[in-house]
Amino acid sequence: MPTTTINGHDVTVDDEGFMTVYDEWDEDTGKALAEAIGVDMTDEHWQVIRFLRNDFKDQGATPTIRRVSTAGGVDTKKLFQLFPKKPAKKMAYIAGLPKPAGCV
Amino acid sequence: MTATQDMLVPSFDDEVETGRKLAIIISKGSLDMAYPGLILGNAALGEGVEVELFFTFWGFDIITKGRMEHLKFSPVGNPAAHIPAALAPIPGMTSMATHMMHKSLEELEIPEVPEFLELIKASGARIWACRLSADMNHLSADDLWDGVDGIINASDFIEMTDGAQLLFI
Repeated sequence: MPTTTINGHDVTVDDEGFMTVYDEWDEDTGKALAEAIGVDMTDEHWQVIRFLRNDFKDQGATPTIRRVSTAGGVDTKKLFQLFPKKPAKKMAYIAGLPKPAGCV
Repeated sequence: MTATQDMLVPSFDDEVETGRKLAIIISKGSLDMAYPGLILGNAALGEGVEVELFFTFWGFDIITKGRMEHLKFSPVGNPAAHIPAALAPIPGMTSMATHMMHKSLEELEIPEVPEFLELIKASGARIWACRLSADMNHLSADDLWDGVDGIINASDFIEMTDGAQLLFI
């Protein structure tokens, strides 16, 4: 597994740059990841990212867009506004989680 | 910010305006054939691809208010259903197969058809109903699911999907 430097810390990532170790992430890291892909974090963004982190911890998998909307209470349209074009992957990236594996 | 200099950052293709577009023609109205178009459309939307869906012929049931919640899966004539051909047409088999399919979809957390349509609509899909199918079924916009963008003819659809990749299901 490659490592990369985010916010001054060495973290483990996959070949694309998604973080692979849950506990290497903190909110400052998330902020740096968001900045790297041009997402300006607001409270609404953080609400989503925190849901992703908690849900991953509970379920062992990165939630899909549908799950963020049904279980996390942020509707799909909003997710596309907050994380344009590829919301599922961008959310996962900022939250330091693997890309969601589910189809829907 | 200096930290980003050494960072391995995945490409989300934000800088390129790919203009990639997918047109999906959904012509079948059985429960099993409703899903491929919805799942592929949803996947494309999640990748930032523009998606236009055209519901025509039997596929019209999927967006018809009175029918969309009652789509059926029939094992008749479908060897991939893995039910002996002689048993497939017996009474009750279709409702049993439909019930089983709903159960499998639920276990996989795949939404029912109406909710799935809501999902892709909220993700930015445009949903079109076929004019000829509406006329054949004597249906108007009031009979169709609220998220339908309009009733258009085949030429309209071909025109508006100029340059798109196309899936016929």
